[in-house]
Amino acid sequence: MIITALTHQLPSLLAQAQAFTPPTGSEYMRILPELILSLFGMIVMVVDPLLDEERSQKPLGAIGLIGALAALASTYVMAQYPGAGFWNMVRVDGFSVFFHVLVIAIAAVAILSSYEYMSVQRIRAGEYYGLILFGTVGMCLMSSAIELVLIFIALEISSISTYILAGFRRREAASSESSLKYFLLGSFATAFFLYGVAMMFGATGSTNIDAITHALASGAIAPLVYVAVALMFIGIGFKIAAAPFHIWTPDVYEGAPAPIVGLMSTGPKAAAFAVLLRVLFEINAPGRFWLVWVSAALSMTLGNVGALVQDNIKRLLAYSSIAHAGYMLVAFAAQPELGTSAVMFYTAAYAAMNVGAFAVVSHFANAGEKYLTLEDYAGLGRRSPMLAATLTFFMMSLIGIPITGGFFGKFYIFSAALKANLVGLTVIGLINSAVGAYYYLRVVVAMYMREPRGEVPVTPVPFATGLAIAACVLATLYLGVVPGRVLDYATQSARDLVSRDGRVARVVALQ
Amino acid sequence: MNTASLNPYILSLVTFIPLAGSLLLLIIPRRDRDIKLFALAISLLAFVASLHLPVHLHRNAAGFQFEINKQWITTPNIHYHMGIDGISVWLVVLTTFLTPLCVLISWTSTHERVKEFFILLLILETALIGVFTSLDLFLFYFFWEATLIPMALLIGMYGHGRRVYAAVKYFLFTMIASVFMLAAIIWLYSKTGSFDFVEIQNAIRGGHVESFAAAAQWLFLGFFIAFAVKVPLFPLHTWLPDAHVEAPTAGSVLLAGVLLKMGTYGLVRFNLGLFPEQSRQNAWWIVTLALIGIIYGALVSLVQPNMKKLIAYSSVSHLGFVVLGTFSFTQAGLDGAIFIMLAHGIATGGLFMLAGILYERRHTYEISEFGGLATPMPKYASYFLFVVLASVGLPLLNGFIGEFLVLSGAFQARPIYGILGATGVIWSAGYLLWMYQRVFFGVVKHDVNKTLPDLNLREKAALLPAAAMALIMGVAPILWLSSIDPAVRSALTAIPQSIAKVVGQ
Repeated sequence: MIITALTHQLPSLLAQAQAFTPPTGSEYMRILPELILSLFGMIVMVVDPLLDEERSQKPLGAIGLIGALAALASTYVMAQYPGAGFWNMVRVDGFSVFFHVLVIAIAAVAILSSYEYMSVQRIRAGEYYGLILFGTVGMCLMSSAIELVLIFIALEISSISTYILAGFRRREAASSESSLKYFLLGSFATAFFLYGVAMMFGATGSTNIDAITHALASGAIAPLVYVAVALMFIGIGFKIAAAPFHIWTPDVYEGAPAPIVGLMSTGPKAAAFAVLLRVLFEINAPGRFWLVWVSAALSMTLGNVGALVQDNIKRLLAYSSIAHAGYMLVAFAAQPELGTSAVMFYTAAYAAMNVGAFAVVSHFANAGEKYLTLEDYAGLGRRSPMLAATLTFFMMSLIGIPITGGFFGKFYIFSAALKANLVGLTVIGLINSAVGAYYYLRVVVAMYMREPRGEVPVTPVPFATGLAIAACVLATLYLGVVPGRVLDYATQSARDLVSRDGRVARVVALQ
Repeated sequence: MNTASLNPYILSLVTFIPLAGSLLLLIIPRRDRDIKLFALAISLLAFVASLHLPVHLHRNAAGFQFEINKQWITTPNIHYHMGIDGISVWLVVLTTFLTPLCVLISWTSTHERVKEFFILLLILETALIGVFTSLDLFLFYFFWEATLIPMALLIGMYGHGRRVYAAVKYFLFTMIASVFMLAAIIWLYSKTGSFDFVEIQNAIRGGHVESFAAAAQWLFLGFFIAFAVKVPLFPLHTWLPDAHVEAPTAGSVLLAGVLLKMGTYGLVRFNLGLFPEQSRQNAWWIVTLALIGIIYGALVSLVQPNMKKLIAYSSVSHLGFVVLGTFSFTQAGLDGAIFIMLAHGIATGGLFMLAGILYERRHTYEISEFGGLATPMPKYASYFLFVVLASVGLPLLNGFIGEFLVLSGAFQARPIYGILGATGVIWSAGYLLWMYQRVFFGVVKHDVNKTLPDLNLREKAALLPAAAMALIMGVAPILWLSSIDPAVRSALTAIPQSIAKVVGQ
């Protein structure tokens, strides 16, 4: 069957190859953020050898930050050129602009919070900032690619960067373990994804999302499609740390540098969710319901139960990230339109609170990341009231208390689920979020209600870290008090993405 | 000055004055005296502002007053909708009345992190007022959850021995229970497209809510469990004694005085208001639990060696009366239930303040550590007796009015409810007076107690308003009932068959 499909497609593929036209200027505008990020990534790499190693960290970080901010600004330009480009491989729409802004902002905050970390941990900065920028290119492309092969390549760009970044604390065995584990399991998972892509190509004769959508909507669905969807789900499920593909998460998060954990628990995750939204919702993948139902229920439960017994805050937040992936997966069982907008909102809210929490953790961990257990946090409320108050705020957001972004994130997810009459999954989710309250609360209890231990140093918060934390607080608060604008934007782009009219318009454009 | 022109804004003012004060406290330098004076000034300001409400309330008008309704968030359709009726107005005033007393009573008992203490106290006040004024279910849930954190921190940071355990237990009990309410709220929103209490109520009454019949029982339970934990109704009360014993005095006063009333208020407003049918169907077991709570709470109080725990269990018993009155579906029962909420807030608030005063002097709540205190502390003893008598339900004091009304309502509903409930009154006289006897009468058993200083001016300033209010409410309950009564009547018209059915039996 695969072969017939191939031979069937061959003439048209050849014709496409012959009719090669170079991309136009506006097509380059559609990947402007990626271009800028790559450019600055290369500048960082080129400048690095020219600077004295001892003093290179600050200027390189500044270049990285400028690059990220420039890319952030360029998303505005990119948004002015909606439509597909590069032989139908990328498409700029509300959806991809949303994720571009999100992952670039995450990268910018991660760079900011790395400033202090780099000098305290004595890590060479050149490759570090370069890799963050290159990884962001991959994440950006994941959200705008509408060609499964390009999605795969983007996924690899982002993954390989994070594999290396995870191992950046070279003096620590745990960090190398983290990197290797992440690399081995990650490659394994991307292979699953690629296998799924191949199957999808075999079943529908195309790797283009629009063409697949069309093929699935028009004809009978081959059994191979179900296998393809399942395999792609496994691949992405690994990236988003969804159970039962979550085993790597705690070890990797524990070993990797704290600012990088902040980045990789949100940036690549958001991008992977963007991909998942495309391969499940945009193409209206058949047979997804029980897949995501089971995975969502498992992730929420295993994540929360696992977090209950953690004493290391990085491991605790790792399990919490599994649980949050579960909450987001709940929306994938709902109707596409509501589900998509709920997931989009949640990725933003989760990014704001989790990056913020890790910024506090990485500041507090100090040289060699020595202070990571809950005992070390004892009495922080007395010794550093502002830091403790912000961490409390992030914990409240992770619990899902109102006026934080985390609350509305959960709210939209579960109201989308209830709209689709998913009462069982909603109840599992709500009970889980109540269970989750316990371990987030343990952090707050430690900070405010336990007696401080003298030997844990509390250093003043440097400007860059303060800025990163403040940005996260403001974003979490913004999403919690006036979520309307972000949600309206998400709803509109979700409608364009998954509504019937949107699909039809794109298929027409394709032909 | 025409103060009526304030009407559209007054609820926002009253609600957010304490919050604004707590934000200002953030920037006030850490001089303890200034902080305390400022907190006192802010809480008094909120109290004065809240007096506007009963003054300008139209007592016989149906529906909500002082309403403000503005769009807050478009998707989902959340409104900043506030309003009060004859029931909630008094709970707002109760909150603003007790908070300045809490500030006074914490004047010297808080030594460290004073600034944070008063910031938390004022944030808590805003959240509590917000609970009673919100008419948008989302806003209500927001304030409901917002009470959780400052209270848990007050217990956990400023409490006694096992404070962390108590704080976490309190947080988890309430948090887990309110998740069920959230589920019910989201369900209602997903079917009606609104969070507005009045709109949802009309939609339910008009039968416009899709598949409501199938879900109603679950929705009722969703709301009920959140409120029952807060009340606390037997057997969900176990967090309360722990929280009370470990909490600082101001925390206990607000916990017993106002936080528990959030639960009973919720039952009246939401369970009766939105699900009258289900309220009627479930009344039998709810009343049974309330009766068990009344008697069980009283019996456990009787054997408590710890003064604060004794008062805590007496709350379980008294709040049982409120639930009994509410689910008797009679005019008298509901009037009494609302009245007990206020009376219990004053009397038990007073008892906790008195216990706190003793703790400041002796650092223990054990009854056996005292005895014969009437000799060194005569003024203290008289205040204590007065408040105990109010709590016991002596005629002419506020406890009596409420209990009388509730019991007469319970007798109308079913004589057995009244008979069993009435035993609670007897028990409460037993445990409170016995405790009083052990602490104050006889000879001074421990030498340290011989030289205990009597009440100082500040403590009298905190106790006198509570005692005076207990007397005024007992002598002239009509000032309160004249607004409670019409509000209850309009709540009961929603369940006409319910009355007939229960009374008829």
